[in-house]
Amino acid sequence: MAQVTLSNVKKVYAGGVEAVKGVSFDIPDGGFCVLVGPSGCGKSTLLRMVAGLETISHGEVAIGERVVNQIEPADRDIAMVFQNYALYPHMNIYDNMAYGLRNRGTPKDEIDKRVKEAARILAIEPFLERRPRQLSGGQRQRVAMGRAIVRKPQVFLFDEPLSNLDAKLRVQMRVEIKKLQRALGVTSIYVTHDQVEAMTLSDKLVVMNAGQVEQIGLPAEVYRKPASKFVATFIGSPPMNILPGQVDGHGIVALGDALLEARDLREDLPAQTPVEVGLRPEDVEITSEGQAGSLPFDVEFIEELGAAQLFHGKLSGHPFVMQAATGDVAAQEGRLWITVDPDKVHVFDPKTGARLGKG
Amino acid sequence: MVEDRRLGDLIAYIILTIGVLIVAFPVWLTFVASTWDASTVINGEMPLYPGPYFLENYKRILFVGTSSTTREPVIGMMLNSFIMAMAIALGKIFISVLSAYAVVYYRFPFRMAAFWIIFITLMLPVEVRIFPTFKIVSDLNMLDTYQGLAIPLIASATGTLLFRQFFMTIPDELLEASKIDGAGPFKFFKDTLLPLSITTIAALFVIQFIYGWNQYLWPLLVTTKDSMQTIVIAIKKMIVTADALTEWQLAMATAMLAMLPPVFVVIAMQRLFVKGLVETEK
Ligand SMILES: Nc1ncnc2c1ncn2[C@@H]1O[C@H](COP(=O)(O)OP(=O)(O)OP(=O)(O)O)[C@@H](O)[C@H]1O
Ligand SMILES: [Mg+2]
Repeated sequence: MAQVTLSNVKKVYAGGVEAVKGVSFDIPDGGFCVLVGPSGCGKSTLLRMVAGLETISHGEVAIGERVVNQIEPADRDIAMVFQNYALYPHMNIYDNMAYGLRNRGTPKDEIDKRVKEAARILAIEPFLERRPRQLSGGQRQRVAMGRAIVRKPQVFLFDEPLSNLDAKLRVQMRVEIKKLQRALGVTSIYVTHDQVEAMTLSDKLVVMNAGQVEQIGLPAEVYRKPASKFVATFIGSPPMNILPGQVDGHGIVALGDALLEARDLREDLPAQTPVEVGLRPEDVEITSEGQAGSLPFDVEFIEELGAAQLFHGKLSGHPFVMQAATGDVAAQEGRLWITVDPDKVHVFDPKTGARLGKG
Repeated sequence: MVEDRRLGDLIAYIILTIGVLIVAFPVWLTFVASTWDASTVINGEMPLYPGPYFLENYKRILFVGTSSTTREPVIGMMLNSFIMAMAIALGKIFISVLSAYAVVYYRFPFRMAAFWIIFITLMLPVEVRIFPTFKIVSDLNMLDTYQGLAIPLIASATGTLLFRQFFMTIPDELLEASKIDGAGPFKFFKDTLLPLSITTIAALFVIQFIYGWNQYLWPLLVTTKDSMQTIVIAIKKMIVTADALTEWQLAMATAMLAMLPPVFVVIAMQRLFVKGLVETEK
């Protein structure tokens, strides 16, 4: 096992596209790092640079103590799971898993032991003689995992491995991947644009946008204290409400006429500084009129989700969504009074999008 | 509806049957003519059923030859044709797989230029460049040799294009997975690309074998010795302008024999061949 260190890694594609613009972070030995971000933000590019499938334009990638910039993918001691599985269509499942070991000259009985072991762990023993096209998507996914684990690599790399599966299977495989990674303790980097996968799998979450890292941290940290408006709206579903407002004194922001306490607001900002206030739909609570810090919310329609309801409407003239457990409130349209825990009020700079927090 | 479909099926069968008859009748006639003696064929009243001279005619043509124009036994000519067709088919496959591999998977200077030069040769079949090609072959002392027969016909772009198109449909991830699995360029070629190309190779083999077997103009130019003749040329030579001198039963037997190897190749490769034309295992 090994830790992975990226220092100021950049990628400029031929033609001048700067896909990754200087990324530095490290993943501790045995850690599970998830790279998440919108399509085209450079996640795959970054992962492929770690794998050795793309050259590194600038900076350094190290696996363990060893800088791997100039090392061939086969010699980096990594294994990769691809989005479309990339199984060899003409080989049976056994050979698909054994191929990498054979190329490395692993003794036959050792290969056999490892392939059978992996097949047992992944419950694909009955299919060893079949070709990939005779398997379902979920089974192919397992084979792709098997191909990675028989190698006993230092690092697992996953590029959106679950995005070709249906929703139910995705949840199931997600749990299995997490369990497997825990059991094997192999350092992993996992690329996804699904924030649920990102939150549940990672112990280190890296949110990327336009080739840059927006925030790195524990998933709960990223959720509780998003470092920018981008992260705030990207992580969390339904996304965070963003409303224009202004500073109204220490730890107070004004949204139209209403005042709202924001405990994390930076203290050096003069009154009247324009800001953007972020409120998560699930942090909103219902209160009654006249209560201190209550905001008027005009509900226009209600979406029933089963366990919860989404209230869509306007708050001081801006679109707003709130989520409430079904049964909490009588579902009704019209005016509601709401409040938000002062710890859960996020304030951002409207120009840079940076969090205006205490640090 | 059911009635309609039956009627449609019936019409389809009738049309198909007519088509088969049109194609098969001359072949049948050729076969019948090869089983009678010369006078029966010549007098214009040959029956439409096979005659008693089957063994005699075929033995004669295979091991002795005609009495006038081509005195060589046909078995030798079949061997010549076979060697030429095989050399063309295999040589072409070998060269085009390798060149397509280079063009698709390697980034070398003037890669696209190389590709376009290969592409342009499509417009230059042997017939067009026949004089310079002949000159080169004769300068290299390759007249009346198998090399002289096959090499100029091997050089053409069709195979390269076919494999290039096929390789481009193979997902990049397979190459990347191979790289991570520790397979170098040659191993990727041998372990992944070739097995995936098997049906394409079979299809190309069938097409090129028949193409080589049916060559007429080029063998006519580069072979002067009777012993180097191909069977297609022999058929032409057997049919003398003075109709009465033609040993029709022998010419027809030669024609039948000339059909056999291509038919055999098609039947043997049929499964792979059809698969190669309609689907690929990916
Ligand atoms: N080979 C290439 N040549 C030039 N530009 C490229 C190449 N590959 C990717 N890019 C560009 O680099 C940027 C990042 O691409 P990348 O594939 O890393 O995105 P991603 O974050 O993985 O997106 P997705 O979630 O859609 O997979 C994109 O703008 C893309 O157009
Ligand atoms: Mg990607």
